[in-house]
Amino acid sequence: MENILDIIKDNILTYEHKVLSLAKAAENSLDVLPIGKEVQKYRDEGIICDLFEGNAPYRPRYILPDYERFMKNGSEFLGLKRPEDIWEAINNLLILYKHVPSITSFPVYVGNIDTLLEPFIEDEEEAFKAIKLFLTHIDRTLTDSFCHANIGPEDTRAGRLILRAEKELQNAVPNLTLKYGPNISDDLAIEAINTALETAKPSFANDDMFKKEFGEDYGIASCYNGLKVGGGSYTLVRLNLERLAKQASDESEYIDVFLPKAVKAMAEYMDERVKFLVEESEFFKSSFLVREGLISQDNFSAMFGMFGLAECVNHFIDSPNLADRFGHGDRANELGLKIIERLEKEVDKYKNPYCKASNGRYLLHAQVGIDTDDGISPGCRIPIGQEPEIHQHLLHAAKFHKFFPSGIGDIFNFDTTVKKNSQYILDIIKGSFREGMRYFSLYCSNSDIIRITGYLVKRSEIEKLDEGKQVLHDSVVLGLGSVKNQKVLNRMVRKDV
Amino acid sequence: MCKGLVNRILPFSSVDGPGNRTVIFLQGCNFNCLYCHNPETIGKCRACGKCVSLCPYDTLSIVAGQVKWHEEGCKYCDRCLEICTENSSPRPVKMTVDEVAEKILAFKSFISGITISGGECTLQCGFITSLFKRVKEIGLTTFLDTNGSIALWQESELISLMDMAMVDLKSYDPKEHRVLTCMDNEVVIENIKYLAKVNKLYEVRTVIVPETLNNYYNVDMISKLIVSLNSSIRYKLIRYRPKGVRLELIDSYIPRDEMMNELVKLAAGNGCENVIVV
Repeated sequence: MENILDIIKDNILTYEHKVLSLAKAAENSLDVLPIGKEVQKYRDEGIICDLFEGNAPYRPRYILPDYERFMKNGSEFLGLKRPEDIWEAINNLLILYKHVPSITSFPVYVGNIDTLLEPFIEDEEEAFKAIKLFLTHIDRTLTDSFCHANIGPEDTRAGRLILRAEKELQNAVPNLTLKYGPNISDDLAIEAINTALETAKPSFANDDMFKKEFGEDYGIASCYNGLKVGGGSYTLVRLNLERLAKQASDESEYIDVFLPKAVKAMAEYMDERVKFLVEESEFFKSSFLVREGLISQDNFSAMFGMFGLAECVNHFIDSPNLADRFGHGDRANELGLKIIERLEKEVDKYKNPYCKASNGRYLLHAQVGIDTDDGISPGCRIPIGQEPEIHQHLLHAAKFHKFFPSGIGDIFNFDTTVKKNSQYILDIIKGSFREGMRYFSLYCSNSDIIRITGYLVKRSEIEKLDEGKQVLHDSVVLGLGSVKNQKVLNRMVRKDV
Repeated sequence: MCKGLVNRILPFSSVDGPGNRTVIFLQGCNFNCLYCHNPETIGKCRACGKCVSLCPYDTLSIVAGQVKWHEEGCKYCDRCLEICTENSSPRPVKMTVDEVAEKILAFKSFISGITISGGECTLQCGFITSLFKRVKEIGLTTFLDTNGSIALWQESELISLMDMAMVDLKSYDPKEHRVLTCMDNEVVIENIKYLAKVNKLYEVRTVIVPETLNNYYNVDMISKLIVSLNSSIRYKLIRYRPKGVRLELIDSYIPRDEMMNELVKLAAGNGCENVIVV
């Protein structure tokens, strides 16, 4: 009970942070999941980690409501009619957001907000005012950077107004993705890049690639997670590839023995989490989101996360020379691919009857890490401080992106000189997608808002928190941890001279 | 097969024309600008061998009477450049069009095109014409970054294969131009007029050097020249930076923002529609 009193007496957490922490503490006082010995051993060793989802899953980790349906029908449970104008539209959405569960209790997906609002745009300046209030409301009440909005893949007036508003507002929340496909003109893409250079968003998602895997109705939630709209992901558990590597005597033992064994254990653990959520928690029987058709169990899957590929590969390569290491040496890069290919093969062996959105498969996810990860890199990323030149970096990243439908991405920090030539970045993004990259994020070296690993935080807020001052957004705490442990502020500045 | 003497190839550049461009820097220049920030691209190696014995990483040797650079071990400490009395470098290599094209193809997905720069690239006219031809076949745009000292109106094949050019007009005053670069500016100005006429002038550039050049006069006259040709041609004003320069030749400093703002105002006031500062 000491931890509960600690939460109550904490003088930096806001009231809302305390309530959420207390709920988590209550959940974690239970012990309801049957966890096998082997799984528990992996958990104790930090090889398998459920990212603080809690001991008794009572809501899916990621929910992507069908907001289009909500806009069409309103909600009986919430007593909301179909909106008639932009003010009713944003009001309805803002109300629904407060009723979308997640692990953080903030919605991780707030919809394809441009196409949702487009039918209500009559007077552009009035719509701009409404959109600014809408986005500000999200930032100040959904105080969690994993709250993610999408725009695109069509060119809409609403989309352009949203970009204009974000450029002006400079808010960390919501996270924003532009679904980038053939219907996005260069002109709109340049607008998006100019916005990202000011406020670190939107990121660019390879629309063709996501559509091939999920169909038209996919959304990008949380950091960069591709999932089906009207569904989501029950859970995300992650595998620490580096820590597992340290137990193997060599790379072939790792690939042939240790990896299959760990994947089996993790799939078992995920099965238990999904089973409890679906069969015991009553979530799908009690949520009005299900009753009103805003989500359906048929559209859910679950995410099999991994991280630390770079450190795993470098452990086996065991060379002090950067030229030999992951992201640089051919042998290291080939080994990285071999490990991921095998991981995919192993994960595909397990079927979960509740993962209907992905034909029973668990979806691979390159997990971005957590604030306490020290000296280990997200997903398949090259360690910060060891990045190669950008062309080499892009070609390297592109090789890994196809394996991870439920999310992978790389972040590029550009020098201020590129602000005079946004086409430069558009060329790079187009090339990256041609080469098979799935998700591309950028920010400018002088920007206050920066992308930490997948989410956005203001540098100025991190500094405030570091001085012991209270901050509104809970993700600033994570940002501060990542700045200290993962040297996020040292990410290479891309400047071509 | 015609070969070019290539100083280096920069895979991605955001400052050498529109979009992302691969830049091929050729070795050798007919100007010797006081403020040159990469003087090692001016001269040609005479294989005197001074740098070979001084390289701390043993990356240089003499092979068949030529200095050979072994890239693998090079730490880019630039000792070889410091010691060179010819404003040259042991690093440039002779490359065929195919060899350069192979490098470009590796970046093709990511770039709008290529820019050939220098040194002064038009001194190797045959090579750049062949390279442009090849790059056009690949489907990329071709830009030239030149000091404008070679009569481009006489190079019809090159110009037909080139999309656009960026030309330095370092000083409008012929005397000052001669002091600064060792050459006259008459051909440069003719080239600017010619390229504008054939709609192939992307940008005119002037480096602003406080207390060395007649900056206000130059910007005034050059912007008027641009407006007389086509006021939408971009005029780029470049701040002098004492990086990489031969400090024994020049004593100046980075111009302040106020000065740059005044110059932009001056050019814009003359009717230039697209003035940028870097």
